[in-house]
Amino acid sequence: MKFLRKADLILIIVLALIPCAMLFYNIKTARAMTGAYLSVVVDGWETGRYDLDKDQTIRIGDTNICEVKDGRVRMIRADCPDQICVHSSDIGAEGGIIVCLPNRVILEIREADDTIDTGLDGVVR
Amino acid sequence: MSQKIPSYNGGVGSRTAYLGLFMALAIIFGYIESLIPVPVPVPGMKLGLTNLVIAAILYLYSWREAIVISALRVVVLGFLFGNMFSIVYGLSGAVLSLIVMALLKKTGLFSVVGVSCGGGVAHNTGQVIAATFLVTGFPWRWYLPILMIAGLIAGLLIGIADAIILPRISRIGVLQTK
Repeated sequence: MKFLRKADLILIIVLALIPCAMLFYNIKTARAMTGAYLSVVVDGWETGRYDLDKDQTIRIGDTNICEVKDGRVRMIRADCPDQICVHSSDIGAEGGIIVCLPNRVILEIREADDTIDTGLDGVVR
Repeated sequence: MSQKIPSYNGGVGSRTAYLGLFMALAIIFGYIESLIPVPVPVPGMKLGLTNLVIAAILYLYSWREAIVISALRVVVLGFLFGNMFSIVYGLSGAVLSLIVMALLKKTGLFSVVGVSCGGGVAHNTGQVIAATFLVTGFPWRWYLPILMIAGLIAGLLIGIADAIILPRISRIGVLQTK
């Protein structure tokens, strides 16, 4: 292509390699989930933990409603205009996350002994 | 064509008129984009059609005009179709993207394709940074690389489109690339 210079190609390759390296690191350090549960976090505070095996509808404040059905979690209602979280694909025991940025709601599958992310990679005792 | 075509970039009146036109175009692109549902599992992915206009302004005028139009359209689009937070995310993405694009352009090494790729990646990086600060526990480790790749692909497509459009705008003789 005539409008691609050599420097452009190098830049594109570098910009492609950085996220690939990050993803590779993430996948390598990820562990298998045992005893997964649904964690609902609003504005940084975990407001509830829910069993994936029990079908239920969860009201999150007065802004969002999420649903657990057959082990799958999805957001069924949000009062924001973009509705990105409602259109997100459902999550389950394999892990995953649904985020509603306008209302600062996070639905995340966590492991049984996993506490809220402190921002630290690990603690040396 | 041997006849010299006058360029109208310079005049204050025409510049204001053309930038207004570009602004309107950017807002329309933003609106069109909000109408198209994006079938991807990760929220926040989109083509960034408005960046077609912003990158063009960067080449037709300078980073000053581009940053003004870019910030204004984020605020206008936020008021029209979004909320306070979409303005914050949009601004952090738009500003970082424009800084990176202006710097890449200044080096003189890259064509509009490379500049746009850098801009796309920077735009999504800026949004992830904003989300990390605003939403406690935001899983940026996963979002950042995925959105960087999405930004790169979007930037590549937008850059190629601009590489095709810019010479044509120059050929019409209304505006000249710098």
